[in-house]
Amino acid sequence: MNIHLILQMAADAMGHREAFVSGSCRGTFSDLADMAKSVAGQVKDGERVGFLNENTPLMPAALFGAALAGTQFVPLNYRLAEGPLNSLLGRTAPALLLTERELGIEGIRPITMLQAGSGDISEMDAPDIDGAIAVELFTSGTTGEPKSAVLKHDNLMAYIFGTVEFMSAEEDEANLIAVPPYHIAAIAGVLSSIYAGRKMVQLPNFTADGWIKLAHAEKVTNAFVVPTMLQRIIDHAGDSLDLPFLRNIAYGGGKMPRQTIEAAMRVLPHVNFTNAYGLTETSATICMLGPDDHRAAYESDDPAIKRRLVSAGQPIPSIELEVRKEDGTVCDAEEVGLVWVRGDQVSGEYKGMGSQLDPDGWFPTKDRGFLDGGGYLFIDGRADDVIVRGGENISPGEIEDVVRAHPAVKDVAAVAVPDVEWGEAVGLAIVCTDDISDDDICALVKSELRSSRLPSLITRMDELPYNETGKLLRRVIRDRLAN
Amino acid sequence: MGQIFKPGTKLSSTVCKTQIMVLRAPATELKVTCGGAPMQIGDPDTLGEIDSAAAGGTFVGKRYTDQDESMEFLCTRGGDGTIAVDGYTIDVKAAKKLPSSD
Repeated sequence: MNIHLILQMAADAMGHREAFVSGSCRGTFSDLADMAKSVAGQVKDGERVGFLNENTPLMPAALFGAALAGTQFVPLNYRLAEGPLNSLLGRTAPALLLTERELGIEGIRPITMLQAGSGDISEMDAPDIDGAIAVELFTSGTTGEPKSAVLKHDNLMAYIFGTVEFMSAEEDEANLIAVPPYHIAAIAGVLSSIYAGRKMVQLPNFTADGWIKLAHAEKVTNAFVVPTMLQRIIDHAGDSLDLPFLRNIAYGGGKMPRQTIEAAMRVLPHVNFTNAYGLTETSATICMLGPDDHRAAYESDDPAIKRRLVSAGQPIPSIELEVRKEDGTVCDAEEVGLVWVRGDQVSGEYKGMGSQLDPDGWFPTKDRGFLDGGGYLFIDGRADDVIVRGGENISPGEIEDVVRAHPAVKDVAAVAVPDVEWGEAVGLAIVCTDDISDDDICALVKSELRSSRLPSLITRMDELPYNETGKLLRRVIRDRLAN
Repeated sequence: MGQIFKPGTKLSSTVCKTQIMVLRAPATELKVTCGGAPMQIGDPDTLGEIDSAAAGGTFVGKRYTDQDESMEFLCTRGGDGTIAVDGYTIDVKAAKKLPSSD
């Protein structure tokens, strides 16, 4: 299979429909298909197609242009400093690189967006090659050198066929894409918008004000946000948000605090919220908490239903999911273990490291979590982030949830700090809107959790360090607390 | 004469514009027809005559499946013919409703 089929079908069946809006630039699905051909025509044998820019219409054009030329699309983080960026570019060469920057790196052939989109438009057939790679995505590298996750055409097509119906969007539907091109949610957003026939509205640089204004101006009906974006939109909006056209917000890419989603549901009561849990290595979403589940949890007095508001929901029909203990046996309901998944969309492969799948095709996500009695998945955090205090595994999430409930706590992170007696102990970084003493924090933790969860070190920060796609940088907090 | 199909294989009608892609198929020989004539890999140079008894039409983006869902095809280009496997018409599979997640 080849993902170019998605654009081909859209251009054939609804070529006249508006496909993208980016600033003053607009175009139809036919226009986008031509732009992809223009990119493909400029790729030389053996070259990848790199993309080092904010979101522009050339992003989807480059994604499909690479597919049409039978090579890989490699979006790069344009916010990286020169050193790390050059290292990733070196790993991407040889490549045609869409960028506005002037670069002199061996094997990298830069062209501007304008050049990329104004080449010859000649008919070519997208090659169908068994096991061919469509996208190489560098992981954010919060724990070391970034890995290059490999997504095959078959993985991405399985995701689209499993979750989207062709041309299912009404002509007035518009999807606001605010995540950067090098995030899996941006790739998935492009593929599913086009397959559904939904216009993509690009917001190159997220600000809450810019997001709200664009949503209004373009009568946006759908949007994907990471939790920090939603929090900023809520903070900016105050008590009400006048977005009458907005119908669906999907969110993912990090843990959503209960307070944020509850506030969002209050401010936007007419909007359907969907939590989409997934990883780069799984071609985006593998579990969903849908709009009905959100409302049921929001309105319920039953604690077991109510807490589902912070769950990842249930696996999508095309995915199998198990929570397993360290010894490989499957956990009972409510029992915390490691999350494993299986399905055609799951790649689980890194360049140069091979497949991480077990012989039966299961992928270890390295996320910890548990299923409740109804099969709803609760993600506890990354296995690597667990605090091991005297042999006892402590999940940062359980402590964070308790502390965050304090009205004067705006944000909180629990991390491991070195401890002479226990090996590791709990360190807390908190962002407060009012003075709270360490004793108050400890009393709060003690009232809800076992004494081993008591923080041995508390620091106050103006804000917690997140990367631009909303991922909490726990390593930065660990380093700060260790010093 | 039948053929074994693997996922991703594209078949073109020889009597109309229909093109389908195999999503799932059993590992047995199948005889796939559209508009009463065998489908082939690659578009034909000229179109033959459609069987008026097999001219129900195909619709781009729809999935087609047999009764026990042992096989599934995606229509990648719509046309006038009706698709049949081993002489039995296969129908549009009901769309499953999932909320938009990205």
